[in-house]
Amino acid sequence: MSYTALALLGVAGALVVDLAVLRTRLVLSRVFWTTYGIILFFQLITNGILTGRGVVTYDPSTIVGLRIVYAPVEDLLFGFALILLTLTVWVWQERPRYRRTSGPDGASVRPARGRGSPRT
Amino acid sequence: MRFTYLAVLAGCLLATLPLELFLRARVYARWRRWLLALAPAFVVFVAWDLYAISRGQWFFDPAQTVGVVLPGGIPLEEVLFFLVVPTCALLAFEAVRRVTCR
Repeated sequence: MSYTALALLGVAGALVVDLAVLRTRLVLSRVFWTTYGIILFFQLITNGILTGRGVVTYDPSTIVGLRIVYAPVEDLLFGFALILLTLTVWVWQERPRYRRTSGPDGASVRPARGRGSPRT
Repeated sequence: MRFTYLAVLAGCLLATLPLELFLRARVYARWRRWLLALAPAFVVFVAWDLYAISRGQWFFDPAQTVGVVLPGGIPLEEVLFFLVVPTCALLAFEAVRRVTCR
């Protein structure tokens, strides 16, 4: 698979984990996008150094060719997926454990501790 | 310069350190949670990187890396990247939360 296809797959995968699997719904929050905006600014600088100086080079046939500050646009998708997945798992750890919690639907209600409930 | 890539990573860690020390992001302080947050993405993205390297999708300049190449042809710096960048993201996230009072 090309870098372009993998990068799109990576973003889709991270979105699925955030919205459907762990249900942290970070992409619907303001704090996430504020954070991402800050990170994006610094990513353009560091990625620009790494790609502009040729620390990393890409096979032209695996990217679409659109570049932002030297870096292929796929790097932005790659970075977005990396950051979203990390923040999702971070925030997910704030969920109340071993406690009965009613989620937005019945399916996410966790049984009380000590009942041999499946570990998540 | 052999240390280009390593220097960029060190710069990222240094630049975000004040978020932990002065804005009390408490990412390093909650080290178990920090490592657990990094683990899934680390596994997925290192695997992705190894695939890309094996397919020749990207290359690393031997003259700008320290020269420690791990199995699969991945430079040490590239592995560290998947620890450093997510850590910076967590620090930024917690700092934004502190500043905006959640």
